[in-house]
Amino acid sequence: MFNRMISWIDQRFPLTSFVKHDLTGYPTPRNLSYWWNFGFLAGFVLVLQLATGIFLAMHYKADSGMAFDSIQHIMRDVNYGWLLRYLHATGASAFFVVVYVHMARTLYYGSYRKPRELLWWTGQGLLLLLMAISFMGYLLPWGQMSYWGAAVITNLFRATPFIGDQVVIWLRGDYGVGDATLTRFFALHYLFPFIIVGGVVIHLIALHTVKSSNPSGINLADKDNIPFHPYFTIKDMFGLGVYLLVFFVFVFFFPNAFIEAANNIPANPMQTPPHIVPEWYFLPFYAILRSVPDLIGGVVAMGLSVMIFAAMPYMDRSRIPGGAHYRPLYRLQFYIFIIAIFVLGYVGSQPVTDNIVLLGRGATLVYFACFLFLPIISKVEERMLLKRGLPPAVRAMVEGEKA
Amino acid sequence: MSGSDTIDNPERRNFLGKITTVAGVTGAAAACWPFVNSMNPSSDVLAKATTEVDLSNIPPGGEHSVAWQGKPVFVVHRTPEQIKNAESSNGSIDPEADSKRVLKPEWLVVVGICTHLGCVPNRDPEGGWLCPCHGSMYDASGRVIRGPAPKNLEVPTYSFVSDNKILIGKA
Repeated sequence: MFNRMISWIDQRFPLTSFVKHDLTGYPTPRNLSYWWNFGFLAGFVLVLQLATGIFLAMHYKADSGMAFDSIQHIMRDVNYGWLLRYLHATGASAFFVVVYVHMARTLYYGSYRKPRELLWWTGQGLLLLLMAISFMGYLLPWGQMSYWGAAVITNLFRATPFIGDQVVIWLRGDYGVGDATLTRFFALHYLFPFIIVGGVVIHLIALHTVKSSNPSGINLADKDNIPFHPYFTIKDMFGLGVYLLVFFVFVFFFPNAFIEAANNIPANPMQTPPHIVPEWYFLPFYAILRSVPDLIGGVVAMGLSVMIFAAMPYMDRSRIPGGAHYRPLYRLQFYIFIIAIFVLGYVGSQPVTDNIVLLGRGATLVYFACFLFLPIISKVEERMLLKRGLPPAVRAMVEGEKA
Repeated sequence: MSGSDTIDNPERRNFLGKITTVAGVTGAAAACWPFVNSMNPSSDVLAKATTEVDLSNIPPGGEHSVAWQGKPVFVVHRTPEQIKNAESSNGSIDPEADSKRVLKPEWLVVVGICTHLGCVPNRDPEGGWLCPCHGSMYDASGRVIRGPAPKNLEVPTYSFVSDNKILIGKA
């Protein structure tokens, strides 16, 4: 009976061939490490965020007079409302952890390199959407941090040439962040995740066209690929188990770790809290914004700091295959870059003092230098490695690329 | 026109195709406008565009904040000393004479929103303001004297409807 049903469908829709081609039989490099789990984990967090978000929306009120209280209603009165909310709030942070590790893996192993440019760029688009969603979602509890975070970020659009002031009013639907802003942020916060789902489909179509990269950085021969199922379903499931252990430690024991205390005060447009900080995942970019002593310059630098990742496939000019593991200079640069991000994150969390500003400017320079010097460094490194001598097979690949 | 498959005037067909594309794109763009414009402030938001303030309760040296268009506006009753201080300089980052920023020297009316990123500056006992977010400082005339704010506190349009009553939002 079941087989007859499947064959009925298969005559009308490519079900079996799709499952075989893209799910169970999808050829996967056998040497993938646990760093390759994070794409799957990002997908998992997305689903969890969608599910918790939809159920939260059944109890939330997107009205400036009721929003703050409706969160308390969810926390106190709604059955398991506290769980839904803490899953959703912790999930937002978890999403960024997972996506940042996913990106760091791509950078370390050179997975952005040819032919995976489009894969990398669709990922960049997904990151921008994720940032927009989390920023809009943060306004919804209508606390002081929510309000002033939204006020500061919408104000950044004042840097738009000629029509900056109008753009800010248009974005908010009011002269300040107000009820109109809250309602539209809710509408878009609900919509964008579904656009992300669409983006993920495109990301996966690109992935299944160029196939996964792997730690060696060399495209493997067919015999070195193994079917996704059961080998990587089981590996992803094990990774998921570890992830969930850590995730639920936060959900159950430190649910307020990522919620600013000031956000327990209802939004007050007449009073700014003494120290405004964005959520941790925006801190490095916020630090770059603050490091430039000019509004427009700061906004441009911040925008560039996110978008510059897209240029990686062209900035990395080395023909040496493989990731940072086989490229000493690039590896050094990768670690310097990671350190710069952590320093910027620290700077972004601190109140403005002379020393902090100085540290922030230094780290900002290092951050951008890592990108801007990459074309030179990658070429120098290539020459150095060629001189030192490569394994014959790798050498042949480099020579082949020149032709 | 005949029933054959050949096009007797390909240029004409080409032109018509292009015109149709242009008209279609223009129409689609125009159809977007109602959606875009619906995000601008609605009529009830615009209706709150003016605020009246009674000045008689503000003592010399005192500051009163009122909401105008959902934004805080500082109304300051300046002391003769503060007026003298304000008039003695033009500020440094965004130079402007104090007389250009007030209708009557004893009353300073400024929008209480830092011109950097929109925080509400706190009153400084000296007679100016200090922004808690990124440390911008303003003098007794609301002029910026320390960055990162690029501009002076905005002076809204307002008018005296009587000796001790002002209407903010209307000249």
